[in-house]
Amino acid sequence: MNIVVCVKYVPDATADRQFESDNTVDRVGVDGLLSELDEYAVEQALQIKEKRDGEEITVTALCVGPEKGVDAVRKALQMGADKGVHVVDDAIAGSDAIATSLVLAKAIEKIGPVDLVVTGMASTDAAMSVVPAMLSERLGLPQVTQASVVETQGNQVRIKRDGDSATEVIGGTMPLVLSVTDQSGEARYPSFKGIMAAKKKPLETLSLSDLGVDAGQVGLAAAWTAVEETAARPPRTAGEIVKDEDGSGATALVEFLASKKFI
Amino acid sequence: MSEVLVVVDHVDGAVKKPTYELLAIAARLGEPSAVFIGPAAQGDAVAEAVKAYGAEKVYVVDDAQIKGYLVAPKAEALEQLVARTSPAAVLIPSSAEGKEVAARLAIKTSSGLITDAIDVQEGPVTTQSVFAGNFTVTAKVTQGTPIITVKPNSAAPVEAAGAGVVEQFDAVISDAAKTAQIVASQPRQSTGRPELTEAAIVVSGGRGTGGNFEPVENFADSMGAAVGASRAAVDSGWKPHTFQVGQTGKTVSPQLYVAAGISGAIQHRAGMQTSKTIIAVNKDEEAPLFELVDFGVVGDLHSVLPAATEQIIARKG
Repeated sequence: MNIVVCVKYVPDATADRQFESDNTVDRVGVDGLLSELDEYAVEQALQIKEKRDGEEITVTALCVGPEKGVDAVRKALQMGADKGVHVVDDAIAGSDAIATSLVLAKAIEKIGPVDLVVTGMASTDAAMSVVPAMLSERLGLPQVTQASVVETQGNQVRIKRDGDSATEVIGGTMPLVLSVTDQSGEARYPSFKGIMAAKKKPLETLSLSDLGVDAGQVGLAAAWTAVEETAARPPRTAGEIVKDEDGSGATALVEFLASKKFI
Repeated sequence: MSEVLVVVDHVDGAVKKPTYELLAIAARLGEPSAVFIGPAAQGDAVAEAVKAYGAEKVYVVDDAQIKGYLVAPKAEALEQLVARTSPAAVLIPSSAEGKEVAARLAIKTSSGLITDAIDVQEGPVTTQSVFAGNFTVTAKVTQGTPIITVKPNSAAPVEAAGAGVVEQFDAVISDAAKTAQIVASQPRQSTGRPELTEAAIVVSGGRGTGGNFEPVENFADSMGAAVGASRAAVDSGWKPHTFQVGQTGKTVSPQLYVAAGISGAIQHRAGMQTSKTIIAVNKDEEAPLFELVDFGVVGDLHSVLPAATEQIIARKG
């Protein structure tokens, strides 16, 4: 069985993130790392492999991203993925979700017959959460998304999720695309052994031409959306802060609410 | 004037407020048409509701072939409707499901997609809030039909008499679209409070509640507010994940957000930073959330909130 986990290399969400002059995300000036939400995807892929002990299962970590994106692949290998694939090409910079999903889909097809594509619920940079559905559409595979619980048996996958208006159980037959939330289970830390073992694991680097993707289909110029302007949010003017002494806090709070006509 | 398709957000035919917000936005861009995907028998009632908010046409897509499956059949139906109407834009509520439908529709129709817009003006030009609310971005779709998902509370509903002409639209759903199935569904139990993402006032509790949400809930009820929780409170098992406000929970943008016992990690701020007015109550005066507030009380929520609740109830008489 072949499992591909998509891992995105993103600017650290706790750092001071910025835009470039062409309105793309600054991916150089800010430290990058494996998107935190993708760690849960790696974890679920590894758990599926571990629960199906005795079956031959390969977990491949796939990243489409800049040179440094290889760090995201390495982290997944250290956690326990078996193989890494890094698609890197200057033409990819500035791609929107549509183009990114195209490159991911082509890479997944190249990796071979895949039974499961596992992703996080969203990236921690753009946070659109649309790539799993786009992959499903492009690959012609069913999607089971936003899973908080994942179970597989044979070629059946069942997930539980908190939908918008209901808690649902969704079922599908492999091959399929699965996305998981941060409720699906704490992601493991790489062990020392895992870090050492990762150095010997196969890591393949592919370019767009290896995937048969025309450079004109990706990148900023080919994006189907254009950012016109980015503006830092004006800092909030300092609010009034009171210390609660002898119940004065509640009175001040209620007065503030009344002054703003909330009550 | 071109049509603008608005996908109706509803629960069992009861139209939800974000639909009216989208109709108001659609009127800025062209002629608003509502798309109701649900039982055909509910079509007339839905049409009555949306025509009061300016829907000129109401496409009723019977969901007999759609219900019970995930988003793929809905995207197919919309693809066919887009081919038929060549709309100026398609507006979809920014729910988890809405975004997935939009994602598939974008690929199917070779169209650009913008998600989580907090404003849409003529063009259409969208406004989004990114990087935990620290940046505002305006953007445009440059290819195909603009497909835009819009967050709740991004526009005020506008009452306007539309023609509300009902048209049944027979979508053809492929077998390939029915490959993922909803095996079981447990509707969310109503708390009797407003829904988190749509509420005008949200009161959230965090680690500082120590697991006792009673002061938070009582205060919320005195204000007619929805109740939310931080990830710390959810991870501690004090509230289900559906209450979580933040990056991996719900993003809210109410008129008033009250954070009680929440320090304000960046992941939480990402989910509430666009709230119009922000209040924090926290024992720790160093809590990062105090940097964002319009009003803050350094104090114990277990005494501040009950006393405030009492005063609010007294004022309301």
